[in-house]
Amino acid sequence: MTEEPQLLMHDRADNVGVVVVEDLKAGTEMLCRITEDNSTFRMTVLDDVPIGHKVAIVDLVKDDTVIKYGEDIGRMVGDAAKGKHVHVHNLKTKRW
Amino acid sequence: MDYKDQTVQAWRRENGRVGVRNHVLILPVDDISNAACEAVANNVKGTMAIPHSYGRLQFGEDLELHFRTIIGTGANPNVAAVVVIGIEPEWTKVIVDGIAKTGKPVEGFSIEQKGDFETIRQASWKAKEYVHWATELQKEECGLTELWVSTKCGESDTTTGLSSCPTVGNMYDKLLPHGLYGCFGETSEITGAEHICADRAANNEARDKFLKTFQAYQDDVIEAHKTSDLSDSQPTKGNILGGLTTIEEKALGNLEKIGRTSTYIDVLEPAEAPARGPGLYYMDTSSAAAECVTLMAAGGYVIHTFPTGQGNVIGNPIVPVIKITGNPRTIRTMSEHVDVDVSGVLKGSQTIDEAGDSLIEMIVRTANGRHVAAEALGHKEFVMTKLYRSA
Repeated sequence: MTEEPQLLMHDRADNVGVVVVEDLKAGTEMLCRITEDNSTFRMTVLDDVPIGHKVAIVDLVKDDTVIKYGEDIGRMVGDAAKGKHVHVHNLKTKRW
Repeated sequence: MDYKDQTVQAWRRENGRVGVRNHVLILPVDDISNAACEAVANNVKGTMAIPHSYGRLQFGEDLELHFRTIIGTGANPNVAAVVVIGIEPEWTKVIVDGIAKTGKPVEGFSIEQKGDFETIRQASWKAKEYVHWATELQKEECGLTELWVSTKCGESDTTTGLSSCPTVGNMYDKLLPHGLYGCFGETSEITGAEHICADRAANNEARDKFLKTFQAYQDDVIEAHKTSDLSDSQPTKGNILGGLTTIEEKALGNLEKIGRTSTYIDVLEPAEAPARGPGLYYMDTSSAAAECVTLMAAGGYVIHTFPTGQGNVIGNPIVPVIKITGNPRTIRTMSEHVDVDVSGVLKGSQTIDEAGDSLIEMIVRTANGRHVAAEALGHKEFVMTKLYRSA
């Protein structure tokens, strides 16, 4: 059995990834996999992040565009260092 | 794997379409005929009444949609025969004549000048006759890709975009080239990825029709009624709990359902039957699960594939709704609702290609007769889409 990833990214261009395991604790060194090409890397998560929620893959600051599926999914309204939780508290659509 | 010659055991109807269920429906034209329909269904075992909330004092486009939905439901190949009951004879006849075009047995009864008792008596005799007839119909060997298979996701989260939605997309990429009819929709949930959806049109006409449909939705529904952010309806509270943050992120995951290579050949009105031959169609629907599946079933689709993340429990009275999830927490907490487990995609033990094959296998088994979770659990949500209030 190959090692199971804790985080998946859709596209190499993405700057966030998705936690795919339950009960992930801050400080865990995650195995991260990019589904586009199956490449992997390791990264430490800095928050307790629930399954399905996003983590910053690079340091993100206010007004940065967040990329997922290789596409624009909104802009940061706060900062999130690499490894921090990204969700409604710091990311918002540009539409409204 | 090549599915060109894969077959299923199913019912071939009078008009040549293939059905995977053999319902005898007791179909109300209007809300006030529900009680008579339910009484008939109670009298005659093996029939099913599908009560709903509307059908009086509707007019214009809204009335057309009502008729199209009711007629389309009766005409669906999963239905063997139909008893129609309405309060008055004229609209009852509209429904009966619409369903009769398929060639299937259908008869209408109206309540005015007769009352519930006499209507129920007459309709029960006809329903009993239909049950005897329908239960002797034999299944035959039909092509898997003769089926019409629709899709819509619900209680989405980030795992749907990673696993269950691309599983449906993989199924479409494999089966559409062999003649399957597909259908996706959810106009509100395309918001944020409308440019990508427009680019997946097979021709300029379909592209223009999609953009027009999308703009009409923005103008007539959102701009006319919005409070903020789609009145906080998109993403839903359940979506946000599951990790989806923005409407764009939700839309991109949603669009994974149409795969990598599939393109849509036409844009359908709600409940409109596709008329341009085999292929993928976009239907202008609400993103509310029961409304959307009801409209696609009325369009003639016989199996529905439903990716879910946080765990939507929806079913439909006439169409089996196959639930697919990749979220391991949902598998753990709500497994009674899940037909296809693709959590291996998240764990790295299953590829999207393998997940797509497992969904196709479940479509075959469902067509051959396996009841899906929603059928076993009695989910029969039949919900009419209403365009504006009645007169």
